[in-house]
Amino acid sequence: MSLITPVEIAAATTVPVLRLELINKFFSRHQVLRDVTLEVERGEVVCIIGPSGAGKSTLLRCINHLENVDSGTVFFEGAPVYRYQRDGKTVIDPDRRIEKIRSQIGMVFQSFNLFPHLTALGNVIEAPINVRRDPPEEARRQGTAVLTKVGLAAKANSYPHQLSGGQQQRVAIARALAMNPKLMLFDEATSALDPELVGDVLRVMRQLASEGMTMVVVTHEMGFARDVADRVIFMADGAIIEEGDPRQLFTAPVNPRTRQFLQSVLDRNGNTEGAG
Amino acid sequence: MFSIDEMISFLPPLLGGAYITITVSLLSFALAAMIGLMMGIARISRSLLLRAIATPYVQFIRGTPLLLQLFFIYYVLPYSGIVLSPFVSGVMGLTLNYSAYMAEVFRGGILAIPKGQWEAGLSVGMSRKLLMRRIILPQALRIVVPAIGNFFVSIFKDSALVSVITMRDLMFSGQILAAATFKHFEIFAMVAAIYFLISYPTAKLVEYIEARLDISRAQAAAAPAHT
Ligand SMILES: Nc1ncnc2c1ncn2[C@@H]1O[C@H](COP(=O)(O)OP(=O)(O)O)[C@@H](O)[C@H]1O
Ligand SMILES: [Mg+2]
Repeated sequence: MSLITPVEIAAATTVPVLRLELINKFFSRHQVLRDVTLEVERGEVVCIIGPSGAGKSTLLRCINHLENVDSGTVFFEGAPVYRYQRDGKTVIDPDRRIEKIRSQIGMVFQSFNLFPHLTALGNVIEAPINVRRDPPEEARRQGTAVLTKVGLAAKANSYPHQLSGGQQQRVAIARALAMNPKLMLFDEATSALDPELVGDVLRVMRQLASEGMTMVVVTHEMGFARDVADRVIFMADGAIIEEGDPRQLFTAPVNPRTRQFLQSVLDRNGNTEGAG
Repeated sequence: MFSIDEMISFLPPLLGGAYITITVSLLSFALAAMIGLMMGIARISRSLLLRAIATPYVQFIRGTPLLLQLFFIYYVLPYSGIVLSPFVSGVMGLTLNYSAYMAEVFRGGILAIPKGQWEAGLSVGMSRKLLMRRIILPQALRIVVPAIGNFFVSIFKDSALVSVITMRDLMFSGQILAAATFKHFEIFAMVAAIYFLISYPTAKLVEYIEARLDISRAQAAAAPAHT
């Protein structure tokens, strides 16, 4: 870790890590994101909740340009990225710059997406070695440290198919962390897991949050959102309907749709608990 | 009626032909696999130019008979001043033909890799080229082993077609010998036996490789997923 200069501290406190400005996104004629504007400060944990089909995944995928936006601008550390207007002209970033930005944004998928032909450690050191060009020895050392952090040092040489879902997801988190990202995106990271494995993954996410990682977390885990989020955003039909402090949003939602959604989540959880 | 001595005397020219058959087949297979891989990748490239080259290449070659392609290379190209030996023409024809079919197999293998693999690679900053080399191809190649193995078995037999452009392969050697001696039965029986002695071990080898892959795949599927 290098020392942080006062200038950097000033920059860090004034420039948000991420800023989305009036993002609109269509799939053919179907509008999936509507004028989404959002800022994420350094160290902030923002949880996004909302019904299925609200556009939460699409929003995350626009942040690292897995989807391109139809209008609006993504700013990363204050600079417009991917595709933006400058002097009335559309600028399209070269692939190199897009890859550079992406390498600083970690993403964790619902379906893990580990590389099945590589070991856990192989997954973790793939990008440090081949993208950042770390010396292999250095990458292995750091990779092992990151695996230790997610509690999987003993599984370094296991292949994904030899790991449980929870372990695979923690390797996926380690893979993203190995690039020392400035921002982490989680897309329903625990939705594909057996209930008894959810806790291990959430624990790692909580730890990251407590260490000051900047995170945007799409989740159905309301408990996690309530405890960990600095800010909760409720999305529906491609738009941000309501956002606020988790205590306020969960206990006294202003918008009727938010209230309705939270009620339906409560009912569902009540039912499963009753059934189980 | 059969003379063992006579049959032994046929052996050297036939084995010489077999040597050519094997050489032509191995060479064509290796070249076709390389070109096929490139064409398969080009077919699904984001570059319009690459697609515009690869797609007609594959479709045209798959849409015409190998025999015609060989005739074209050996008998028609000379009119435009390109004169190629039977060996070069034969290897070229087989390579062209097989590369087009293999391109489709490679393309299918690449497309069979889930989109999530691309997204995971892109999200850590990998370029599409790096992703293809490090993540997609290693998985895709494994998937296509059985199909590519079939091509490997069949190219030794399909190479008999190069005899029509006077390449002295096993088939051609048999024909010449038969025409000179009128011992059609003995000679073509021997030719058949030699083809079989080439094909059978090849098929077994491919089966063995597939089985090994299947075993590791089955182990992967059966691996206990516990904490
Ligand atoms: N690649 C795609 N092509 C077409 N429609 C899509 C695609 N991805 C998502 N959608 C549609 O966009 C909407 C939002 O999807 P998504 O962002 O996945 O929502 P969420 O993550 O909130 O469930 C849905 O109606 C979905 O069907
Ligand atoms: Mg989603």
